[in-house]
Amino acid sequence: MRTLKFLLRKEFRQIFRDKSIVALIFFMPCIQLIVMPLAADYEVRNVNLAVVDHDKSPYSQKLISKVIASGYFKLQGYNASFKEALSLIESDQADLILEIPQGFERNLIREDKQKLFVAVNAINGTKANLGGSYLNSIIGAFNADIRMQLIQQPRFSQFPVIDIVPSNWFNPVLNYKIYIVPGILAILVTMVGGFLSALNIVKEKEIGTIEQINVTPIKKHIFILGKLIPFWVLAFIIFTIGLILARVFYGIAPIGSLFVLYLFIAVYLLTVLGFGLLVSTFCDTQQQAMFIMFFFMMVFILLGGLFTSIDSMPEWAKLVTRLNPVRYMIEVMRMVILKGSGLRDVLPHLAAVAIMAVVLNGWAILNYKKTN
Amino acid sequence: MEAVVVRNITKTYGKEKTVAVDNVSFSVGKGEIFGLIGPDGAGKTSIFRVLTTLLLADSGTASVDGFDVVKDFKSIRNTVGYMPGKFSLYKDLTIEENLNFFATVFGTTVEANYDLIKDIYVQIEPFKKRRAGKLSGGMKQKLALCCALIHKPTTLFLDEPTTGVDPVSRKEFWEMLKRLKEQNITIIVSTPYMDEASLCDRIALIQGGKILSIDTPANIVKAYPEKLYAIKANEMYPLLKSLKDYPGTLNSYAFGEYAHATFKDQMRNLEDFERYLSDKQLTGIDIKRIEATIEDSFINLLN
Repeated sequence: MRTLKFLLRKEFRQIFRDKSIVALIFFMPCIQLIVMPLAADYEVRNVNLAVVDHDKSPYSQKLISKVIASGYFKLQGYNASFKEALSLIESDQADLILEIPQGFERNLIREDKQKLFVAVNAINGTKANLGGSYLNSIIGAFNADIRMQLIQQPRFSQFPVIDIVPSNWFNPVLNYKIYIVPGILAILVTMVGGFLSALNIVKEKEIGTIEQINVTPIKKHIFILGKLIPFWVLAFIIFTIGLILARVFYGIAPIGSLFVLYLFIAVYLLTVLGFGLLVSTFCDTQQQAMFIMFFFMMVFILLGGLFTSIDSMPEWAKLVTRLNPVRYMIEVMRMVILKGSGLRDVLPHLAAVAIMAVVLNGWAILNYKKTN
Repeated sequence: MEAVVVRNITKTYGKEKTVAVDNVSFSVGKGEIFGLIGPDGAGKTSIFRVLTTLLLADSGTASVDGFDVVKDFKSIRNTVGYMPGKFSLYKDLTIEENLNFFATVFGTTVEANYDLIKDIYVQIEPFKKRRAGKLSGGMKQKLALCCALIHKPTTLFLDEPTTGVDPVSRKEFWEMLKRLKEQNITIIVSTPYMDEASLCDRIALIQGGKILSIDTPANIVKAYPEKLYAIKANEMYPLLKSLKDYPGTLNSYAFGEYAHATFKDQMRNLEDFERYLSDKQLTGIDIKRIEATIEDSFINLLN
């Protein structure tokens, strides 16, 4: 125990003497949580629109101003011909072209029928897709308005209509930040814990201090614990800073209990740190460790459900995510923070992460050899 | 009593089975300073790593203080002190913190064994708040020695402790070793410097993983089989070439400002040889009979 105490004291001293690491530990959460959610926004705004209006009637004017007033579109060009508008798409100045044919107003009123042409630049898939459907729904609403004006509605509708009014739970106004901030916090804790622990034992190998440690009677599990605990504590601190930032900047306070949240983080961090230490025992240089961690982090994050929903992944990918600790972390973060889930709800996640923690740490201890 | 016994140790590395240590056997008495003398890559470090339980030998047995290096590795780790060739203390910790750390790791305190390291520690004590990475080479060695001694080891393994250290610090270092010997600590030290060999009680000359000879430095020098001559001329390179070409030469090599050479039949006729050199247009010729050094013995054994 005395040895462990000294090992810990040594590790903390070393960490806090490395100014760049300390800066990173405290700046990274601030930057990532304050800046990133503002930029990483799913909502597509500022879709660049080019309009080709062959009709130039009050109705077409009305339609155009309705589209622009929605706030999603920016009028980039008001062109005389489709060809001209297309050149805007080609030079990447426009994402969408709305072409209003000649006689738009006349046909709409006389023949109750008119077609519009929408061309979408699909290079940026998300933007094109969303922009296209926004435009569609705006035109649809415009259409409904006109019908209201033109047709005298009978008292009762002649056609039965199912009107759908969605109500969003846990995030009523579909605020993207509420959804992304807990996820970013999860990634943050994972990155800091994983990378720092992965680089640590390797660093001792690189500078040769491990030689000196290996001839001492230090027990393997004490040595690994001495490496694990400091980063465990650090990650806790970072997580707490993150929670405070989320509260201050986004007003996101966990609805569920903090106890459940911290309990889960405690176990989850053991998993992440165990993984880092395992990588560390396999590698001989920091460069190797860095690249291996980078590879796994990419997989973990992309298959973690932060950006894309796991439910929409193919079956094999869904199976892979079951072995991905980050996935459980992100889920639990959202469950507890946004939905207020209790201990019972996160129990399956907790069990999965706990098993991984035992396996990874056990493996790391076994794989750390004092003799070769 | 034998403190360290090595029996037929062999160690190869990699798929190509590069032999690092080739069937090496030796034993070291309690309280002896034993030197492993040999060039880089001779296998010195591998032997050290086997004895300090960091490396498993392919075959053979070894023991330290009667503990087998494979079976009783835990006991060995408690009793030996090891100073690797590369400085391997924590560069971001201070002198004091390093020393305290290693004392604790061995389950002891600096105070308990202070008398053992006192002579060495007082020299670096003024800098005890300085980080180890910021120390000079000589001070680093002293600190490393303190850390290796802090748990009062019975056997001390020093792997090239003086490589890259200035001559004054080297001399001081060897004086410290002599004082440790008085404390009945067995010291096994490796060095590529031949002049340090004569400071050991016994030495093993080692090359290519094989031991060429084990004896006291005096006996190794005494066993030198030929008469050795030191020859000087104003023109070094032509002199060496002439020596090589001389039919009576057994062996010749540059040695500082002199060339050392041995001759067939113990060189009965020195005048003939002098004439041969002057015929080669060499000037300032000086020939003298000298006693062999360890280095001469080593070169002789290599041939």
